[in-house]
Parts: sequence; C-alpha cells; structure tokens
Amino acid sequence: MTTSRTPAPPTEAGRSGPASAARRGVNWQGFRSLSRAMFRGFVRDRAALFFTILFPVLFLLLFGSIYKSSSTPKINVVEVGRVSVLDQARAGSHGQLDKVLTVTHTTSLPHALYEVRQASVDAAVQQQGGRLIVHYSIANPTTAGVVQSVFAGIVEAANQAASGKPPAYQLATQQVEDKSIKPIQYLTPGLLGWAIASGGAFAAALTLVGWRKNKLLRRLRLAPVGTTSIVTARIAVSVAVAIVETFVFIAIATTPYFGLKLTTYWWMAIPVVICGTLAFMSIGLLVGALAKTQEAATAIVNLIVLPMAFLGGAFIPLALAPQWIVKVSYVMPLRYLVVGMQNVMARGDGPASALPAMGILLGFAAVLTVIAIRVFRWDEI
Amino acid sequence: MTAAIEVRDLRKSYGDLRAVDGVTFEVGHGEFFGILGPNGAGKTTTLEIIEGLREPDGGEVTVLGLRPWPRNPALLPQIGVQLQATSFFERLTAREQLRTFADLYQVPARRADEMLEVVGLTSVAATRTEKLSGGQAQRLSIACALVHRPDVLFLDEPTGALDPQARRNLWDLLRAIAAEGHTVVLTTHHMDEAETLCQRVAIMDHGKILQIGAPAALIRELAHPVRISIESGALGQEEARAVADGATVADDGVSLTFTTTEPAPVLERLADRDALAGLQVAGASLEDVFLQLTGREYRA
Repeated sequence: MTTSRTPAPPTEAGRSGPASAARRGVNWQGFRSLSRAMFRGFVRDRAALFFTILFPVLFLLLFGSIYKSSSTPKINVVEVGRVSVLDQARAGSHGQLDKVLTVTHTTSLPHALYEVRQASVDAAVQQQGGRLIVHYSIANPTTAGVVQSVFAGIVEAANQAASGKPPAYQLATQQVEDKSIKPIQYLTPGLLGWAIASGGAFAAALTLVGWRKNKLLRRLRLAPVGTTSIVTARIAVSVAVAIVETFVFIAIATTPYFGLKLTTYWWMAIPVVICGTLAFMSIGLLVGALAKTQEAATAIVNLIVLPMAFLGGAFIPLALAPQWIVKVSYVMPLRYLVVGMQNVMARGDGPASALPAMGILLGFAAVLTVIAIRVFRWDEI
Repeated sequence: MTAAIEVRDLRKSYGDLRAVDGVTFEVGHGEFFGILGPNGAGKTTTLEIIEGLREPDGGEVTVLGLRPWPRNPALLPQIGVQLQATSFFERLTAREQLRTFADLYQVPARRADEMLEVVGLTSVAATRTEKLSGGQAQRLSIACALVHRPDVLFLDEPTGALDPQARRNLWDLLRAIAAEGHTVVLTTHHMDEAETLCQRVAIMDHGKILQIGAPAALIRELAHPVRISIESGALGQEEARAVADGATVADDGVSLTFTTTEPAPVLERLADRDALAGLQVAGASLEDVFLQLTGREYRA
C-alpha cells in the first residue's frame, strides 16, 4: 500500500521503440463504423448538406438558365409612327427577319428614345420620306453592331428593289455544324469542379478541427483503430459524396431543358472526380492542421477555394477568359479537375486525355498531405 | 501480486513549467485510486502520460506490465479512457455513439445496448448527444469508455461541470463500476469526491505528490482537533468549563463549541448532562490535510 517517495534512479524515458507495437490486421469493423458515423454526421448536418450539394446545384440551375437564354439573341425594335421600309422588308422576308427582330409600335419619339436609353429596347426607327433614321445606344456594342448591319441590309435591299434591276450579286448562306460548344458543356464540369473542391476541402478541414476541439481525435488515438482507418474512412465518405454529386449534376444538366450532351468517355470523369476530391481534401487537411477553430478553418478554405473558382476555370470558362487568367490557371489545382472532366465528358476527348490532369491532382495531394502531416497536432496544446 | 499501474519518477515540463515533477506511485488491481489536487496541480498531465497520450520527459510508466508510450496497440483494448471533454461524434444519437465505440473495439452491438442500460440512458437512446444534459453526456462518455470491459478505467474529472445532484448520481454509478472489479484511476479537484469514492488518494500540488494513502488514514494522521457544537446557552458557563475539562470552549451566541483532540470524554459528559440538543461533530477533512501539507487553504 505504501509508496516510496524516494526518487527512483533515473531510467531511460519510456521510449522502448516501436518494437512493442504489435502488428494487427486492418480493423474493418472499426473502419465501417467510422465511415457510417461520418456519413450520418454529414447527412444530418443541414448546413453542410446545403452548401456541398444543393448550393452548387442552384448555381447550375441559375447559370444554366442565364447562358441558355443569351444564346439566341433577338433585337427589340420600336417603330415610331409608320416605317414602310421595315414593314415591306418583314413582309417580303417570309418570317426570316422576325427571327432576328421583335417589333413594337409607338407614336411618341421622346418615349421611344427614352426606352432606348433605358435599354428596354435596342433601337428606335422612324422614316422621314426616303430617310430611315435608326436610334440606338452603344451601351452594348454587340447589339449596336447587329442593329446597324440589319438596317443597312434592309435599306440596301429596298434600294435594290426600287431600281427594278436584278441584283448583280446574291448572298447564299449555309450553316455548318460548328465545333464551338454550348455553354452548358463547360458550365457543368466547371460548377461541378468547384462543388467537389469546396466539399472536399471543407469536409477534411472541419472534421479535423472539430475532432481536435472536442478531443475525439485523442479519444480515437486511444482506441484500437489506426490513423489509416480514420483517414481512409473520411476519404471514403467524401469520395462517395462527390460521386453522388457528380451524378446529380449530370442528371440535371442532361435534361432537355439544359441539353448537356455527354460524350463517349464521360465515365472517365469519375476517376478525375476521385483524384480531385483527394487533392482538395489534402488542402483541407493542411488547413485543419493549422486552424484552431472551425470558424477560422471555414474562412481559410473559402479564401483558397473561392478565388480558385474564378481563376481556375470553374466560374469563368477558360475558353472565354482573358489571357492572364488562362496563364494563372496553370498553378490552380482546380483547373486540372475542371479541364480533366471537361475533356472527357463534354469535349469528346479519349479516356487517356484525363490522365495528365489526374496525375497532377494526385501529385498535388501527395505533396500537401506530407506537409499536413508535418504540421499536424493531436491536441490544442 | 504486481500492481496494475506503476509510475516511477515521472517528469514532464512545458517550457519552464514543471507540470509533473518526479511523481511515483502504484495502483493495485481492482483499486479505486484518486489523484486529488487543485487545478493546475499536474493531475491531468500525469493521467495523460499514463494513458499514453503524452510522452514523459523522464521516468517510467507501466500499465498492466506494458509501456503506454509510444502508442501501444497491445495495451489499448485493456484500458478505457474518459477524457475531460465529452468527446463524441457529431450528430449521432446516444445509442449510435456507443455502438460506434463498440465497433472500434470490435465488441458486439448487444454489449453497447447493455451498457446504455447500465448507465441508465435507455430512455434517451435515440436522442442526439448534443441534446443530452451534462450528467447524461458524462454517463454516456463513461459507457463509451467501458463498452469493451477494460481492466483499467481512467476518468479525468468526470464530475467537473455537473450540478450536485448529477454528481451524486454519477458517484453511485462509479461505485457500481468499481464493485465489478475494474481498476479505476480518477482525477478530481473535489475533496469530498475523493473522500467518498477512492480507496486511496494521492494529493498533488505543483507537479508533486504530497501524500498518498486512504482518505480516512490521512485524516486520522493529522490528529486534527474535533469541533463539538451544541446550542448556545444549553449549559451555564460553569458547567461548560466542567464539561470541557481542558478543551477550548467558545460561545458565539449561536453555538457552544468545544474543540478537542479527545472528543470521547467531552461527548460522554455532555450526554451525562442531557445536553445533546442540536449536537454537531465536525472532524477534519481532506481539506485540513491539504492545509497541513501546503500551509495554505485549499482552492479547487
């Protein structure tokens, strides 16, 4: 019962080396259970569910609708009084002109000009004898250009008809199937890439910080389940969520309304999604190792992922982006996730075209994970 | 019989602070052992080194004959740990929480449900842990630590943030656990808790153990005077002095108090005079032991 209070001779501190660490098989029961616990924790967290799945889907619906309507531009024209040149041209075009123009009527010139200034119509036209006067705004240069050329054409045709001679030259147009892709073809991989990036980074960072704060991390360290099982379970849940999200995106985007056309090797997008999830979880892991609170972790992840969404081709398609963004995008891991998916699911490239992107994403994940392990702490002290 | 836990000359410093400064003790199999001391005494650090969460700067620890550091997978299934915070998976119910821990230790789910009943949480099995009361959360946390029937159970300030009623309920649970033969090591800053639960306590302050022993023995060794009080005015001055027979007497207008190291004769004389109305006898407590050891009042 009594305990000696005389100091024992100094012995080597209790580091007997890892020899005593018995090698055990993988604790599958533990792995499954951890995965289930994390999955339940995720689906019961309404905020997480909203921001990881629903929010990006709303973006897809929104952007998809906006870009869809802007792909068939029509010119709104208001006629002030009677404009016989325009009326005859419309009558003679067999409906062709009405595909380009929407015509309304008014008798008040000031009112018509007001509407042009307000940009509620694109042009106001009036006729004074042989003069056709077109009022337009150059607020939108593209529309202004279309307005000018349409009316130049109408006047030209009217002059030609008035001369009574057959035209010396005739214009024949023929549409070819163009290689340029519809907005939905790059919107889908872009927004999906952003969704997967933020989902993966947030999941890793918030789990790590949260579990460190409530000491679950230390508690698990004293349970007979290895770090590998804990990390693998977290990855498995995030990858599963990312894949579900991919299918939700594809299901919505391929509806006739949005009209995404999946190309032959679209399924190669799945391994790209997995690599992308790993890459962004590694970012989250690093943030989680450094951040002390979940609020800080959220802010840091946003600070990393949001600019990347703009500069990495997720929100602004690289095909339409200024040259400097295209250059910057090469250092953004998100670029490789987005472009990798785009190539196989929307541009019709072969399965091998995704491999470089996958390699870069995996390499990135490996480097960041090594750094994260170096700065990792089990507890707050 | 070898001890369940052996700690020899344990040392751990954080910068200039010697959190644990040469701690030595043993805990026998099946013993309920307490580490008692004010906040910052080094109790938790000592416990965490024994559990294998921290590496000591010096000294030696064995738990069930095994070294806890570095992380020792052979030892982990034999110990149960309840950390100071209630460490749960987010958004799981009490039952799911316990079953998850059961799975981690590869114990059947049946056992998890049994434990839920042992700690009296069957009625809140489907409640998420965030919504449990402080006492319920602590019970669940203890159930998680016990689900795999460990030989040694570590409890770090289990009643820390509980109200008196919940504390007493938890004490009953802890006594029942100890009765099953688990070795229990508990840290606390509540003197009464150590006194009522522990077979032996180590009183710690500033990283050192000041005294180890059974609470009752420690108090007895003090030879601290006992205070015997009855209603003020129950005895006349003359009579009071006769009863005291050398003991100090004081009357503060509320109580007539005799302070003596030999209470028996005083009590006998009071009984003879039928003057036991409102009798109170206050002996020394562990707080007096702490005062004696450190020369200052105990502050939790």
